[in-house]
Amino acid sequence: MDFAALVQHLRAALPEAVLEEHPEAFSPWILVRREALAELAPLLRDDPALDFNQLMCLSGAHAPGPEGERLWSVLHLYSTRHGHKLGLKVVLDVADPACPSVAGVWATADWHEREAYDMVGITYTGHPDLRRILCPDDWQGHPLRKDYVAPATYNGMPLD
Amino acid sequence: MHMESRELFLHGSRVPDTGPDGELMTLNMGPQHPSTHGVLRLELKTDGEEVAHIRPHIGYLHRCFEKYCEKLTPPQIVPYTDRMDYLGSMNNNLGWAVACERMMGLEVPEKVEYMRVIVAELNRIASHLVAIGTFGLDMGALTPYFYCFRDREMILDIFEEICGARLLYNYIWVGGLSHDFLEDTDDKILRFCDHFEKRIDNELNPLLTFNKIFVNRSANVGVMTPEQAWSWGVSGPSLRGSGVDFDLRRDDPYSIYDRFQWKVCVGEGLMGAVGDCWDRHWVKVLEMKESVKIIRQAVASRPKEGDVKEKVPARVKLPAGEIYCRTETPRGELGYYIVSNGGNQPERVKVRPPAFCNLSVIDEISRGALIGDVVAILGSLDIVLGEIDR
Repeated sequence: MDFAALVQHLRAALPEAVLEEHPEAFSPWILVRREALAELAPLLRDDPALDFNQLMCLSGAHAPGPEGERLWSVLHLYSTRHGHKLGLKVVLDVADPACPSVAGVWATADWHEREAYDMVGITYTGHPDLRRILCPDDWQGHPLRKDYVAPATYNGMPLD
Repeated sequence: MHMESRELFLHGSRVPDTGPDGELMTLNMGPQHPSTHGVLRLELKTDGEEVAHIRPHIGYLHRCFEKYCEKLTPPQIVPYTDRMDYLGSMNNNLGWAVACERMMGLEVPEKVEYMRVIVAELNRIASHLVAIGTFGLDMGALTPYFYCFRDREMILDIFEEICGARLLYNYIWVGGLSHDFLEDTDDKILRFCDHFEKRIDNELNPLLTFNKIFVNRSANVGVMTPEQAWSWGVSGPSLRGSGVDFDLRRDDPYSIYDRFQWKVCVGEGLMGAVGDCWDRHWVKVLEMKESVKIIRQAVASRPKEGDVKEKVPARVKLPAGEIYCRTETPRGELGYYIVSNGGNQPERVKVRPPAFCNLSVIDEISRGALIGDVVAILGSLDIVLGEIDR
């Protein structure tokens, strides 16, 4: 399916889920309503017409924009049987960074979501083991936030 | 260390402490264990000699690659990509260059495309040689390691001649290459191919691949099903070892791989179950032969005239937008997710390192294995901590 057909298919299956579509992007993506993700993810994997068996990548990003501080959780999916790709983006408010976990659908999301939590501070609800992955467990702050200030010391050790 | 994190460090509290037969023992493999191929800590919960769970702890080599990317221009990022998967630096460079060029709509000259394929495939062979050599070493086979490194040395000599570096090349630039080949580079590459092809069948396979001890240690160990592989995002030789016929060079084409005659190699369960450690090893052996085939064709048909820096832009500026671009490195799918707002530096770069996903499956495929088998499983997954931790 091409991107337009994919979006149409999704809109027919879950009318409320897709908020925006961006076919013009280098990697076309759709903006998904946060509440709909938990229902959307199993559909994307299990619907034979979609069959997204691979979660290529899950990224967290911090995007300060005109409408305020935002966090993105971005999924890139691929179907080996149909050869089609789809990007999904969930936009979150910094003050309420909770996003449904998809680790139960694609197991690889487990580590990717931990990384997104570690780096930008998205809290994935329903994640089996949400803790830091690259930084030490007692690290303070989320390093890939744009307003992050590196600490001067870590447990009494100077960091410069 | 805070009390809470000290508890976590010592006991890894979130892993169940009890199994069906009572209390489990915690065993730490690493972070300074030679078989962990770098600085990795595996927290094993064992029931006697049997492994119940594995909890990998990573991050010891974290060097803030993604944070640096937000402060650097795309050409400045190229040397940083070298330092992720330091055994396949050419392939990391290539992935970054392809991603940037796709965003910019930049076409690179034919000559450059051919040379990129040649160095990327040479680097794939060099990387597989390290993987195979160290995998043998993990199984107690010392000699094949030296033979592998001897052959890898020939590739590093070629790289040293063309770009001055033996490990971190900074060779493939956005829009071109840093240096042209020398006059005799093609001959040297072909001489290497002639030498190496024979060594696989005459040396490596009899000595290691079909060695009875090696087969006994690796066959039927750490079996991974295709479903597990897809769900955990496993890619590269580890995915193909499970019998999955999928290679980005063919299935999500980039550069000019579609012009060459070669085949995707998959594990067939010759020594045991499909998807065991031996199959993952076997796929790498076969892939090296296929890479030689690609290199021969590319050397024979490559255009010799032209400047490799002709299309390198004086100022690389990524247009506003976002892309997820993936290429096949020796370890599997290397993806770059780049967000740009049209400025000099990217807004966000996220790397999807193949070894990161390949390592995450280890808990599932090691359950019920013996402690000694964990060494085999880890070796067969062929991880590079530099790219897992970035």
